[in-house]
Amino acid sequence: MLKIENIDKKFKGFHLQQINLEVEQGEYFMLLGKSGSGKSLILEILAGMQKPDSGKVVLRNKEITHLDIRKRNIGLLFQDNAIFSHLSVFDNIAYPLRSKGFSKKEINRKANQLAKDFDIGHLTKRKTTNLSGGETQRVALARTLAMKPDLLLLDEPLTSLDVQLRQGIRKLLRKINRQGQTIIHVTHDHEEAILLADRVAVINQGKIIQSGTTEDVFHYPKNEFVANFTGIKNFFMTSFKPDNSQGVYLAEIKPGLSFKILQKPHNTLGSVILRCQDIILSKNKAETTAVNNFQGTIMEILPALNGFELLVDIGIRLSVLISRESLQKLNLEEGMHIWVSFKASAVRVLG
Amino acid sequence: MIKTKTTYLVFTFLSGLVLLFLVGPLVSMLLSSTPNTLFETTREPEVIRSIWLTLWTSMAGTLLFAIGAIPFAYLLARKNFPLKRLVNSVIDLPIVIPHTAAGIALLGSISRDTWIGQAAESLGISFVGHPAGIALAMAFVSMPFLINAARDGFEAVPEKLEKAAMNLGASHWRVFISISVPLAWRNILSGLILMFARGMSEFGAVVIIAYHPMIAPVMIYERFGSFGLDYARPVAIIFILVSLLFFIVLRMISKRKAHVED
Repeated sequence: MLKIENIDKKFKGFHLQQINLEVEQGEYFMLLGKSGSGKSLILEILAGMQKPDSGKVVLRNKEITHLDIRKRNIGLLFQDNAIFSHLSVFDNIAYPLRSKGFSKKEINRKANQLAKDFDIGHLTKRKTTNLSGGETQRVALARTLAMKPDLLLLDEPLTSLDVQLRQGIRKLLRKINRQGQTIIHVTHDHEEAILLADRVAVINQGKIIQSGTTEDVFHYPKNEFVANFTGIKNFFMTSFKPDNSQGVYLAEIKPGLSFKILQKPHNTLGSVILRCQDIILSKNKAETTAVNNFQGTIMEILPALNGFELLVDIGIRLSVLISRESLQKLNLEEGMHIWVSFKASAVRVLG
Repeated sequence: MIKTKTTYLVFTFLSGLVLLFLVGPLVSMLLSSTPNTLFETTREPEVIRSIWLTLWTSMAGTLLFAIGAIPFAYLLARKNFPLKRLVNSVIDLPIVIPHTAAGIALLGSISRDTWIGQAAESLGISFVGHPAGIALAMAFVSMPFLINAARDGFEAVPEKLEKAAMNLGASHWRVFISISVPLAWRNILSGLILMFARGMSEFGAVVIIAYHPMIAPVMIYERFGSFGLDYARPVAIIFILVSLLFFIVLRMISKRKAHVED
């Protein structure tokens, strides 16, 4: 449906390089990147607010690289919503309908219907200056969808909202997408991607680092940047060798420190990841089925969303997630020596 | 703390002096005419005609030139072009040159000897000694106030909102009319009021183009020259009161409008 081919753009000392992406009809596509990675610039190029130095943008088999901003029918929801503060809620939503020259009756019907669909039906006569953050966003979203865009672009739509409101808007975005709306959503928050996206692309310093289905990118991050960005803390580059005596393989992370792994690696060099929640801590070396056992020191204890995140130094730094109950039961403190265990099957081999 | 207090005291004293300098002559002039004389003067058809002429020529000049000045201000706010700084300075030129000189320059372009003058003549308009010429002279010296205020207003409108409107399918013209102008309206209106007020009080440029029909500032000057201070004073007072009244009403309207927008 949308094809971005070899887009290059130099802009204010920043370089967007060789961007290639494809988005299918009805897909929820997410561009993940830190601020300043170039993701918003891609949206502006798609919307026609910036012209690329080279490359092509093709929408529904028609090249639109240099097409006028008004003729693209690509709706952009700005990060700060770009609400027209001098117009009422109704007039904001009706704005694109008036541009398209609908009759007054049609404008009334469509704008009111949209307002109702977005739970802002009771606000249509209000000025936009005294709306809450969530309401403002709904107005902006209704206004953008009033133009019935072929493609909906969202620039960090959830960033400025508090957690509770986010849930509501997320639900709304999912609903819009299910109704067939193709969406490209730009964010720095990997959790949004997990919750919403069909496919994602991770962008850093103007380059797409990895793209694929959300599952692929999150389960098989291509490198440390993607791993860290997708919330995976324990990502290590390794060399692999068979451990003939035990029938398992060894992933050597640094000289003298290897993980036993079950999965057969395809290459001699690659990477492994270990989920924080798959690691067990104990005060003494315990007799368990875990074949990876290391002694380490607790470097830091940080509160996490569900429990605590502990950084344990075993020669390398491991991030371990435990519950409050465990922390209290074992009386864990920073500087304490501790045993770290995990099963060979918990180590996932990438490449 | 004490130092700050002393500073403010000195500042307040200086402010008082400046204020006295501004208000003193006006108040003393008001007090030196009896209500009776003022009332008599308001009954002179010549005076009424003159004040009315001043008001409407300034209003006409303001509205007519706003058609060009507002889009011009928009271009200055939004676009970069060669010699833009020079153009910005040229706009302020009428403020810095002597207004009689401005009148002479203008007369040189619109008198009957010029092609503009002749073209207007063929349409039955003669600028010299005519309200049309007065409106031109007023606009010439007062337009910088509108252009500068409107440009500041447009500059304060986030360009992103215009892009958002275009993204929603609006044409450039519609973006200008429905987004840029309404959002810059407070400044534009304030510029219009200033241009109108400045045009109304113009003497130098107008007197070169048209001694007759007589606008109020010219009439005040003429009465002073021919008959002296006592005779000029009542006209001056009445004109000042009318100007103030207009200025206050227009300001109130613009304030209310601004308040509603908030």
